[in-house]
Amino acid sequence: MSWIGKIGRVGRMVEPAHNAPETAISPPTGVIGSLQLRHVDAGSCNGCELEISGAFSPVYDAERFGARLVASPRHADALLATGVVTHNMHQPLLNTLHAVPEPRVVIAVGDCACNGGVFANGYGVLGSVSDVVPVDVEVPGCPPTPQQIINALRTVTGR
Amino acid sequence: MTAAVHTTPVAPAFGGGPSAARQMGGEAALSGGLTAVLGAAGLAMGLSVIFGEPRQLRIGWLLPLVGVSFDLDPLGGLFIAVTGAVSIAVGIYAVGYAEREHWARFPLVTLPLFVAGMLLVPAAGSVTTFLLAWELMAATSLVLVLSEHRRAAVRSAGVFYAVMTQLGFVAILLALVVLSAAGSGDDFGAIAAHADGLTSHTRTTVFLLTLMGFGSKAGLLPLHAWLPRAHPEAPSPVSALMSAAMVNMGVYGIIRIDLQLLGPGPHWWGLTLMILGAVSAVFGVLQASVATDLKQLLAYSTTENMGLVTLALGAAALLSSSGAPTVAAIAMTAAILHLMSHAAFKTLGFLAAGSVLSATGLRDLDKLGGLARRMPATTVLFGIAALGASGLPLGAGFVSEWLLLQSLIHSPNDANTLLALAMPLSVGAVALTSGLGIAAMVKAFGVGFLARPRSAAAGAAREAPASMLAGMTLAAAACAVFAVAPVLLGPTLGQVLAVLPTLGGQASGPRLGTFLRLPGVPGSISPAVLAAALVIAVVLALGMARWGVRHRPSAVVAPLWACGADALGPRMQYTATSFAEPLQRVFDDVLRPDTDVEVTHFAESRYLVEKVTYRTRLEDPVEQRFYTPVVRVVTTWAQWVRRAHNGSIHLYLTYGALWMLIVLLVAR
Repeated sequence: MSWIGKIGRVGRMVEPAHNAPETAISPPTGVIGSLQLRHVDAGSCNGCELEISGAFSPVYDAERFGARLVASPRHADALLATGVVTHNMHQPLLNTLHAVPEPRVVIAVGDCACNGGVFANGYGVLGSVSDVVPVDVEVPGCPPTPQQIINALRTVTGR
Repeated sequence: MTAAVHTTPVAPAFGGGPSAARQMGGEAALSGGLTAVLGAAGLAMGLSVIFGEPRQLRIGWLLPLVGVSFDLDPLGGLFIAVTGAVSIAVGIYAVGYAEREHWARFPLVTLPLFVAGMLLVPAAGSVTTFLLAWELMAATSLVLVLSEHRRAAVRSAGVFYAVMTQLGFVAILLALVVLSAAGSGDDFGAIAAHADGLTSHTRTTVFLLTLMGFGSKAGLLPLHAWLPRAHPEAPSPVSALMSAAMVNMGVYGIIRIDLQLLGPGPHWWGLTLMILGAVSAVFGVLQASVATDLKQLLAYSTTENMGLVTLALGAAALLSSSGAPTVAAIAMTAAILHLMSHAAFKTLGFLAAGSVLSATGLRDLDKLGGLARRMPATTVLFGIAALGASGLPLGAGFVSEWLLLQSLIHSPNDANTLLALAMPLSVGAVALTSGLGIAAMVKAFGVGFLARPRSAAAGAAREAPASMLAGMTLAAAACAVFAVAPVLLGPTLGQVLAVLPTLGGQASGPRLGTFLRLPGVPGSISPAVLAAALVIAVVLALGMARWGVRHRPSAVVAPLWACGADALGPRMQYTATSFAEPLQRVFDDVLRPDTDVEVTHFAESRYLVEKVTYRTRLEDPVEQRFYTPVVRVVTTWAQWVRRAHNGSIHLYLTYGALWMLIVLLVAR
């Protein structure tokens, strides 16, 4: 029965939910509190990936605000792009975007995705995400904290 | 099973040219037509015996000393009818197949002979006639297995088949000799009349020997090894005949000799049959679900289905000897019905596999695919066979498997401990078999026929010619009867059950009406109503979809999702190996796969991989552990015996004289 005791000792560890930020755009499906995300790493250093996995961890728990990571772009309403767009990932990024059914939203996470960050003008770099695909929401930070990511997602989920 | 099997059509035995081809077509039509006519005669004869009077025929001059005697009763009539029906479909199919594959004259002549042998086995009324017909069947089938003897794999399969079928024959021969010596004479009727006088030792000996002989013909474990070798290597019409009709003769032997002539046996007979059946069913389906060769998969599925039939026979015997004739009748019906439906869907399965083989030259599922577009009729027909083999509702095998499960579930649990233990375990075995069977058939159909072609040969496939499609359509029609209208088979089954003494003669079997009802047991089902409901549901769904289309925005055409890559390729698809990999992992201890992963790095850096080679090899574990030691002992022994054979004729004459002396001394 040690695990029951453990539950008691650990207690509630999820971060408190703040008030919802102002809505930036209406949810693509028209349903508040439901945003299915497909994540694409276009050439990231994996710092943003770490923070995204933190945002969906039990501590920050982005799912309680209606955002969810899905396995296929066919199931998604939105694209979560991280990192600068490298030459190798240019076409796959476009393919993934076109595989997401319309209407869709593109969320760029991290400085690299927004403006190239520290990797801007590198020899393997094509540009930022917004240079390649139209971006609807940007989350600045190198890397952005889970709380920042969640705040940005909440502006789309509307919850 | 990794070995890719390429068959190239064997070159015509005689000169090419259009006139030779025309002659070839005429010969093929003659052989196939004769086979079909023989089959039709068998079907008519079988049905006339089932619904008419038993017939007897004795030809004294045909065989010295004993003569040939035929004794037709409804049980034999059923097997004759089933064999005949299979032969009609195969004969029509063989007209087109033999022409397309350029069969030599020898197999063309042997094909009708093989059918004749199989039709004579259940008609035999005496031990001598039975053995004669049995050997005719065995020898002709061996010739047919060896039709493409230029390939080494065929020769190896032929040797395996020859040895095992002859060993089986020896076991049957011994058993029947013991039986007719202990009974009174050669005639089955006379043996049956004196069966009560047999000592328990004789009965046990005969039972064990016949079980070995007939079990090996039916492909039961552990004597199944010839089946997954000979069936894939034989030409497909022959595989269909062997798998749908010849293995039935093993079951016929068990029913006729063990259950009918020897009468109700002790509990352990039924139990032995059940264990053999359950183990064969589970092992067969397990091998089928990991097989990558289409015809080998079907061959293992034959072991599975014969296992189920034997399990049902054993259950019937055990229930009957435990004093539950009503439930025993259900089990017996399940056995006979499953035997018949297996004949239907396995004929269709092997014939469709033959169409694929002749269109692509491939049996390896890992190289097939994309046939649904190129061979639509064959795909639909194989789909019907696969549905039947998977035992799902609206498939040919469903009703019989349902009856078997009902008989196992509704066995009286207060009769004895043996029954209370055996029945739930059998239910588990049947359930596992059905589940794995679905996986195997989904693999065969999905990987083999759907998706994109995995090789150039599969991409260039052409639809089979009309006579092949006609043969398959006949078999598919039979499948449809078993699936939807078992009511048509009710009278036949009733007549056959009435002559089987296992049931005590008075028990009435399940009533196969529009609704299947089981006497004295709760439970009923109606395949016809199920089918009607499905059709109505499909029509409704289509109508609703059409109606809903008006209220939706227009569809957008988007490229297929290829995980970010530009286009889908055939290498991205599931293969038969990858589909079965989880099963192979789960049943690792039973299957013992020999897996080998080899990673080659670039010379410049250990961090970069140049190529990865994955090799997996599945050998039949029973064959490896059971046959290899036996073969080794026999080889050693033969080497030892060889020393006595040094080629000197004088020495051999001395041996002869010595043996004569010994015989004279002993028999003095």
